[in-house]
Amino acid sequence: MPDVASPQEPPTSHVSQTPHVPGEPHLMHHFDDMEQQRETATLGMWVFLVTEVLFFGGLFAAYMIYRVWYPTTFGVASRQLNIYSGAGMTVVLITSSLTMAMAVHAAAQGLRRRIMGFLGLTLFLGIVFVALKGMEYYHEYLEHHIPGHGFQIVGADPNHAQIFFSLYFIMTGLHALHMFIGFGLLLTMMYMAWRNYFSAKWHTPVEVAGLYWHFVDIIWIFLFPLLYLVDRHR
Amino acid sequence: MSETIVPTRVYYTVFAVLLFCTGLTTFVAFFDLGFFSPVVALTIAVFKASIVALFFMHLRYSTRLTWVVAGAGIFWLGILFALSLSDYMTRAWGRI
Repeated sequence: MPDVASPQEPPTSHVSQTPHVPGEPHLMHHFDDMEQQRETATLGMWVFLVTEVLFFGGLFAAYMIYRVWYPTTFGVASRQLNIYSGAGMTVVLITSSLTMAMAVHAAAQGLRRRIMGFLGLTLFLGIVFVALKGMEYYHEYLEHHIPGHGFQIVGADPNHAQIFFSLYFIMTGLHALHMFIGFGLLLTMMYMAWRNYFSAKWHTPVEVAGLYWHFVDIIWIFLFPLLYLVDRHR
Repeated sequence: MSETIVPTRVYYTVFAVLLFCTGLTTFVAFFDLGFFSPVVALTIAVFKASIVALFFMHLRYSTRLTWVVAGAGIFWLGILFALSLSDYMTRAWGRI
């Protein structure tokens, strides 16, 4: 089927049978116009993302305090991580943000197949990222870097090094959890695109999912230098 | 609907800049910049996060109210970091 703009009449949910403004079936009654409705939706997601800043912020603050207290040990522990794996994951996630932005761009034009294609690419790249992270976790397990009973490290205080690795696993684990939530969002958007819900007139869920995905990318943009790039020159 | 459709050229440019910055921060990490190593790494990270927020997240094309909300989040984070560090760096309470 050619990649044409979706027809004017999508499936009946999300559409009012008696629109209060003729020709604007997506406009809900408590909004003056579509622009206000769309801005409200994105503002709502931004408010949620600020609560995510609260969520991750606590962990970043804990990281900062312990790094200030034990800088040498954090350096030794950080150098145990594979910098090229971390950089590779960063590139994968940045690319997924590009494909997500392209998906939103396609949604603004109502191009059904293109929306699904870019969302699918984003999902694929996200899965690649999580697979790389899983391989890293396995490697850390083999190196006895999982905090707890069998922990071993060379050249640093093991108690302080365990603090680094606890933060590493918790922060990247929480980030990976957010990636999985993102996968659910992407699959939902792909389904909605497939069912022809989106058009140039209304595609808000794709925009809002995009905001979430980019935010998860931003978290990783900070995790990479803080976890992988401490004292690399030694 | 007066939503700005951002030209794809902008997205590709931002993407290229992000890749460059990732390479740069990885490369620079191998040099001993002393005190400035984390400063440089975090400056690059803040720049990358900013262009993702401004262009990919359309913050540049959003309402001022959205700017205030996003700014409030960053400001809150600044308070958390500044006040926590000012405590933990000026006394060794709790350090083992």
